[in-house]
Amino acid sequence: MLRHLLLALAALAAIVALTFLVDPFTNIRIATVGYLLLAVAGLTVLTGLTGQISLGHGAFLFIGAYTVALLVVYVPSLPFWVDLLAAAAAAGLAGVLTGAAAARLHGPYLAGATLALAVGLPAITQRFPDFLGGSNGLGFTVNSKPAGIDIPSTQWQAWIVWLTVLAALVLLANLTRGRVGRRLRAVRDDEVAAGLAGIHVGRTKITAFLVSAVCGGLAGGLQAFLLGTAAPGSFTPALSLGLLAAMVLGGVGSLWGALWGAVALVALQAGTEELAHALELGTDVANNLPLAAYGVVLIAVVMAFPQGIHGLVRRMRPVKPEGAA
Amino acid sequence: MRSKALVLAAVLTLSACGGAGETPATGGGGSGDPAPGVTDDTVLIGTHQPLTGPAAPGYSTISAGAKAMYSHINDNGGIHGRKIEYRVEDDGYNPTRTVEVVKKLVLQDEVFAIVGGLGTPTHSKVVDFLNTEGVPDLLVASGALMWDDPAKSRMTFGFQVDYTREGKILGDYIAKTFPDAKVGVFHQNDDVGRDGMAGLEKHVTITSAQGYDPANTDVLPQITALKQAGADVVVCECVPAFTALAILTSARIGYKPKFVVSSIGADPRTLTGLLSEFGKRAGAEVSAPQLLTGLIGAGYLPDVNLTSDPWTALFREVHQKYIPDVPLTNTVVYGMAQAYTFAQALKEAGRDLTREGIIKVMESGVLTGPGLTPFAFSPESHSGYTGAYVFTINADGNTTVVQEPVVTDRGDGPIEPAPTGRKTPSDIGLVG
Repeated sequence: MLRHLLLALAALAAIVALTFLVDPFTNIRIATVGYLLLAVAGLTVLTGLTGQISLGHGAFLFIGAYTVALLVVYVPSLPFWVDLLAAAAAAGLAGVLTGAAAARLHGPYLAGATLALAVGLPAITQRFPDFLGGSNGLGFTVNSKPAGIDIPSTQWQAWIVWLTVLAALVLLANLTRGRVGRRLRAVRDDEVAAGLAGIHVGRTKITAFLVSAVCGGLAGGLQAFLLGTAAPGSFTPALSLGLLAAMVLGGVGSLWGALWGAVALVALQAGTEELAHALELGTDVANNLPLAAYGVVLIAVVMAFPQGIHGLVRRMRPVKPEGAA
Repeated sequence: MRSKALVLAAVLTLSACGGAGETPATGGGGSGDPAPGVTDDTVLIGTHQPLTGPAAPGYSTISAGAKAMYSHINDNGGIHGRKIEYRVEDDGYNPTRTVEVVKKLVLQDEVFAIVGGLGTPTHSKVVDFLNTEGVPDLLVASGALMWDDPAKSRMTFGFQVDYTREGKILGDYIAKTFPDAKVGVFHQNDDVGRDGMAGLEKHVTITSAQGYDPANTDVLPQITALKQAGADVVVCECVPAFTALAILTSARIGYKPKFVVSSIGADPRTLTGLLSEFGKRAGAEVSAPQLLTGLIGAGYLPDVNLTSDPWTALFREVHQKYIPDVPLTNTVVYGMAQAYTFAQALKEAGRDLTREGIIKVMESGVLTGPGLTPFAFSPESHSGYTGAYVFTINADGNTTVVQEPVVTDRGDGPIEPAPTGRKTPSDIGLVG
């Protein structure tokens, strides 16, 4: 447990050092990796450890982002960390509700139900255009930097994002290595056996949804913080599927895999955009290039390393305990 | 354990001393440093445009027009020996993308200014950022009122006539021409609609106002509601794609109101293209001229068919030379006029170019441009064009002006004829 904390502190120190070396825009990308990592890590708990698929994780990000947005806009006196906690709580509540409904579903039915959430929930903004801003979303600036600190705001944002993400990851790592994690894995491997062993299968599944949704909500809140906007256009079903693909790409069932997946999501996008600019490709090509490249990489990785990028990393290293985070 | 939690809470409270939604006491702002994006022989500017997405049909040619005008200026020696590099980023009319691409333009590409950022929902999300970073945010391509807030957003300037002024002018025209008509409004669900109706309501009573969301292209419910409300005149405060959708949907349900369209969605040639395209997509043969004949619209730039106008002559020449493959529409002209106006400000700012310098020029009120009404620019107002003219579309696709250019304010001020005696391109002598 202490090991996770030390690892996180070392990671935070490395990130902070890194933010001093790169330009302000790269700091935004570093922060983007952070919140995507958290979202994918949440999905890892749900799918990788508990065996429940979710095609609708973007919905929890949506809830987190709008919670932060609404609190910043309507309750401006609350400090940002309270907004983030509220985002986690709101998404967690949604996670419990979803989990309670989804615990009875399996396979394609579960996938369909969660996908419906991702498709349907962002449309609520059109139902309440005055309150939620319709498809224009809400715009705001989050004031979080104490007056004395004189660094570019994007660097500060990267710090805040990674501080939150690493804190959440430490909790997540401890949780999954402990009793809760064992229960989740038991349910994944054989529900009947887990039930016979005295594990409440339904409750365990709901727990997985809760943990996963809290991570998603935090990630969404951090995204809102980073971009200063919450709009339904960022929470399309493509986001949910992208997160799922990132998890597969990184390596299912491992928090390290979530990291590789998040890095791949951001790096591929940035790389192909720059390539398109350098080659002066037309808009139609340039806009589709990141997705196409992502698809190719995903296919290649799954064909060559079914365990994802982390599977490759693990194979290159000598024996390591399972599920190390 | 308890004391630990207390300490933690105290630290957290201290580490974020202000509320998340409060404005910090110290603000950034423009400085006198050498301006980013400016070298001895270039000046780099950026913009965000909907090259894809719901607003792309119609608006994607604006940047093509602007690019052609910049090429024209660069090929004639540039401004003060500097060539203008124009970087266009596609945001798909998606506010989140706008935030990303504008941050990229400012932080990574280090542009001197953002020029003609397009869209109300999109650009509204980056105004705070640009003003905090001290980046000139010039000639925003939207008529929302929020660009005119010099006290809060000193870097931001509008371009086109704002929706309220335009609404007043259209409302006045409707009240005079169709005194007994029931007026309905079909509007975009944001400042476009709100600001526009604020102006309209000064002269007409709105029977029914129906909003659309740019992400949802099914407008049947709204058009049906307008029909049921018995509106004989429908004012469209919409982007071109939704003007076209409104016209097509009305035709489909046999509803034939008089359409009055605000300048952002009233370009005849763009609408003709959209109507045929949407019609084709729905598998129907659409006669665009028939649907558009009699449509009333507002404008503030010289019409593309007004060949006697010296500005139109220049635009036609630039179009012919640089982008002959792009159909010449009022939308293309819009991009060209915007680019010309920026270049003019650049010229006035002198060889020693700073961000503060160009803001001073914008506020000085020296800019006169292709438009048929003057700009409102001053230290107190960052509003663009101050009025508009009203036209109808003829069966041959040309337009007839039915209300000569008039100017007004956003309050209860009178609507007056616009001052005549515009400067011509050769009066301004930008290049050559």
